[in-house]
Formats: sequence, structure tokens, C-alpha cells
Amino acid sequence: MLGIALLVFREVLEAALIVTVVAAATRGVSRRSLFVGGGIALGVIGAIVVAVCMGFIEGSLGGIGQEVFQAVVLLTAVVMIGWHVTWMSSHGKEMVQQMQRVTDSVKAGSSSIAILLAVVALAVLREGSEVVLFLFGMAAGGAGKLGFIGGVPLGLAGGVVVGFALYFGLLRIPIRYFFSATNWMLVVLASGLAASAAGFLIQANLLPAWGNQLWDTSWLLTNQSIVGQAVHVLTGYEARPAGMQLVFWLMTFVLLVAGMRFMSLRMASQKQRAKSTSRSVVPGASHAA
Amino acid sequence: MRGLQWLPVLVFASAAALAVPAHAGNAPEFHLVLQNHKFEPATLKVPANTQFKVLVTNRNATPSEFESADFNREKIVLPNSTITVFVGPLDKGTYKFFDDFNQATTGTLVAE
Repeated sequence: MLGIALLVFREVLEAALIVTVVAAATRGVSRRSLFVGGGIALGVIGAIVVAVCMGFIEGSLGGIGQEVFQAVVLLTAVVMIGWHVTWMSSHGKEMVQQMQRVTDSVKAGSSSIAILLAVVALAVLREGSEVVLFLFGMAAGGAGKLGFIGGVPLGLAGGVVVGFALYFGLLRIPIRYFFSATNWMLVVLASGLAASAAGFLIQANLLPAWGNQLWDTSWLLTNQSIVGQAVHVLTGYEARPAGMQLVFWLMTFVLLVAGMRFMSLRMASQKQRAKSTSRSVVPGASHAA
Repeated sequence: MRGLQWLPVLVFASAAALAVPAHAGNAPEFHLVLQNHKFEPATLKVPANTQFKVLVTNRNATPSEFESADFNREKIVLPNSTITVFVGPLDKGTYKFFDDFNQATTGTLVAE
């Protein structure tokens, strides 16, 4: 039972951390829980489909189907998060202002939230498919009913509790800094997902490693430990990263930060232009009066 | 600016296209069999400083996940099927691997 609980916990934890950051980043957006819930539900369905099709995925593309599938899922999530954070750089201030005006729902976020629904779905799909395959194996291997009835809810609850703990921790960030904090978290998370994608492409020999082990910090924090796993999901931490993974991490980080800066500068210059036009209108109006 | 976000994908795709023909097929192969939830052989000797392939065949009735934190690989192995992962070049040393779905099932890779 504990073995089942532990594996379920580890996979749920990974997905839950991503869902939590996304949920925090869309705080105050109207119908958010519907979107996050919908994303989780789609992800669970997707996970079952992926698990059932694993034989096909495994055998496709000359035996590197699994790696390509993982990399495509990860990079899709990276692109979607990238879209969201650059979009937030132009609309984030509005969201904060609306929330400070004590409205409990923000209309501004609705267009970006569909994108984040997909990110939630992809995170749940990726981790969930492993859980489904593992549980299938356990069932076929004759694990007792007790193991399932006890282990699955225990692991699930454990992962969800950690997710909620992180969420309520994030809510303590003052609202002025809240969205820039969650945006930075998303940028770092996306950089980590890109690094993981690079890992799969190296494993499939589609990319050179550029140094298999750039450094070794497993004495400090292993990727197998629960904490190491959580840090890995949130930041892309690898105890023994390949050079190419670092390149992917940095490239994603720089691109997203540049995208965010560009959008907020453009937004600022648009506001300035709007201000100067309104100023030239006002004297005319007063003159007419 | 939105187009910029596709850049990682483009870079990855072009890098992949460049990398594929570079070294395909000439990596030496090493075989592992999963049977009765044990790796056979439990210790696999591989050359150091060379890229190589590990082929893992699962003869159990249940799925496994071939995984190593030491050399950073993970791949699901369905029952009665074989997967290939590219590993290395590794420095001399010993590296642990395990079945993530059955963590008591472990093995060691010795690069020398």
C-alpha cells in the first residue's frame, strides 16, 4: 500500500505544483476554478488515453516515440506559458488595479486563461499517464484491493495537500507584487520544462548532450528525493544536468524575459501616447465651453 | 513579438535536424532484461567516454520504467517489449539504475 501511495504521491505532487502556480497566476480571473477544474479533468482523460496508446507511442518513430512525445508536450507547455507571461506584461497592471478596486473577479484574464487550461491539462496528462500505467501493472501483478483503496487516495491527498499549501503560501504575497511574483515563477517553471524536454531529446539522440554532466550536486539535493523532485518541477533543477539542458533553460529564460520587457515597454509607450492625445483634446474642450 | 516564443521550438527543430545524422547507428549496444522483477545482468559493464545504447527488454507481465538519476534517463518499458536509450559518454565510475514502478529492482552500470 505504501509503495502505491508513494508513487501516486510523487506523480501527483509534480502535476499539483504546476497546477498551483497556474492557479495562483490566474488569481481573481472570473470562472477560473471552472478552467482549472476543466484542465485537470481533460488531463485525466488524456492520461488514460496516453497510457492505453503507450504501446503505439513507444513503437513509433523508430523507437523514440516516447521521447518525442514527452518533448512535444513539454515544449507546447513552454510556448503556452510564454504566451501567457508576455500577455500578462501588458495586462497585469490592469488586473491588479481591478482587484484593488475590490472586485472579486477580473474580466481581463479570460483570454489568457484558456491557454493556461491547456498547461494544466498537459501537466496532469504527463504525470497521470505514468500513474495509470503503474496502477495497471499493480493490478495485473495482483496487488491487493487494500493497496488500491488505501494507497491511491493517500498518495492523491498527499500531493493535493502540498499543492494547496503552496497556493496559500503564495496568497500571502502582497497584491502589488503578486502577479509579478507568479509571472517570474512561471518563467522559471517554463525554463525548467524546456530543460526537461532537452533531456528527452538527448536520450533519443536527437540532440547532442554538450557535456553529459555539467556538474554534480547530488550530494546536496538528489532528483530522487521528494524535495529534489519539487524543486525540479518548479525550477528545472537537475543534480547532474547536461550542457544542452542548461542551454535550453537559459534560452527559454532569456526569451521570455525579453518578451515580457518588450510587451511592458510597448504598453507604457501606448499609455504615453494616449495621455498626450487626451491632453491636446482637453484645452480645446474647455475653450469650446 | 509573439513569434519569438516559437523560437525555442524552431531552434530545437533545426538543432534536431542537424544532430540526427551526426551519430546514428555506430553506438555500441548493451542489453538488459527485466525478468521476475530483476535486472539481468544486475551489473552492466560499459566503456567510459563513449556514447552507447542500452536496450531494455521487459519479460514481466507488468509495465516498468527504466530510470537512472545517476545518468539521467527515464523511459517506460511495456510488458514483452524492448526500449532503447542513448547513454553517455560517461566518466569512469559506477552508476545506479532502477525500475521506477518497482523500486526494489535495481542494477548498476560500471563505466571503465
